[in-house]
Amino acid sequence: MWSFFHKLGSPPWLYSIAGTVLRYLLPLTVLALASGTVWGLLFTSPDFRQGNSYRIIYIHVPSAVVALAGYYVMAIAGAVSLIWRMKMADVAMKATAPIGAAFTFIALFTGAVWGKPTWGAWWVWDARITSMLVLLFLYLGVVALYEAYDNKEAAGKACAVLSLVGMVNIPIIYKSVDWWYSLHQPASIKFTGESTIDSSMMYPLLLMIVAFYALFTCCLLLNMRTEILRREARTQWVKKLAEGS
Amino acid sequence: MFFDSLQSALYMDGHGLYVWVAYLVTLLVIIVVIAVPVRQRKRLLLQLAVQGRRAAGPVLRREED
Repeated sequence: MWSFFHKLGSPPWLYSIAGTVLRYLLPLTVLALASGTVWGLLFTSPDFRQGNSYRIIYIHVPSAVVALAGYYVMAIAGAVSLIWRMKMADVAMKATAPIGAAFTFIALFTGAVWGKPTWGAWWVWDARITSMLVLLFLYLGVVALYEAYDNKEAAGKACAVLSLVGMVNIPIIYKSVDWWYSLHQPASIKFTGESTIDSSMMYPLLLMIVAFYALFTCCLLLNMRTEILRREARTQWVKKLAEGS
Repeated sequence: MFFDSLQSALYMDGHGLYVWVAYLVTLLVIIVVIAVPVRQRKRLLLQLAVQGRRAAGPVLRREED
């Protein structure tokens, strides 16, 4: 157990294991995304009230779910790097921020495009949309804050604190549909009790959620590999790697 | 398949534009998010390889007065 944590802190080990994981995970992710998209777009029947516009759910919900999960990853990595000074946790935190921002952007954009035919407006200041916008700014804030410091150690600390403080926003996003009466409907998929979504629509949605999680993992590993190389550029193992390429 | 022709799949009873735009933009973002770190890593490795060769190789430059 401890040796695993020890290895996790070793840049060359993490670099190579991430490469191995990516070799299998990336093709699988593309396959899952492609099949989920075709299934959701062409092989499900339209919603009885919203018609075909509901098909946006197959990217809107997964991207929003993963955008939120990504924030946990970033905040936990930030906490680990603050408490145990683990360098690779700092790498993970920095690598998560732009991906989280991208997924949040997808959720907001697809939401706007879905809102137009369904609610009649591209944008409303609904509680959930507003808190998701705050999430986007938190992610972008971490990216910007990291770039703002010349001293990268100080940058890592500041970003870790920012991401931990930003955790306040997460329960607000989750509970926004229950706390405020808003346009967004409450959750349709439930772990306990009956789901309020037809199973013919739920299975492709679940596939897409899994695919988006896998995509997030792939992007995270890709970003971490790049960041590890950047930080370790002067070490012997990276020099050897560069010569071999 | 739910739609009986390509036309109806593109049109989707008037919602086609919204649905397809949402999917296309998502695809674009995904491509960017994957391509950027891949390109950065390749460029960095290349840069380091060139630096390494320069450091290791003989100095061919003539000294100028």
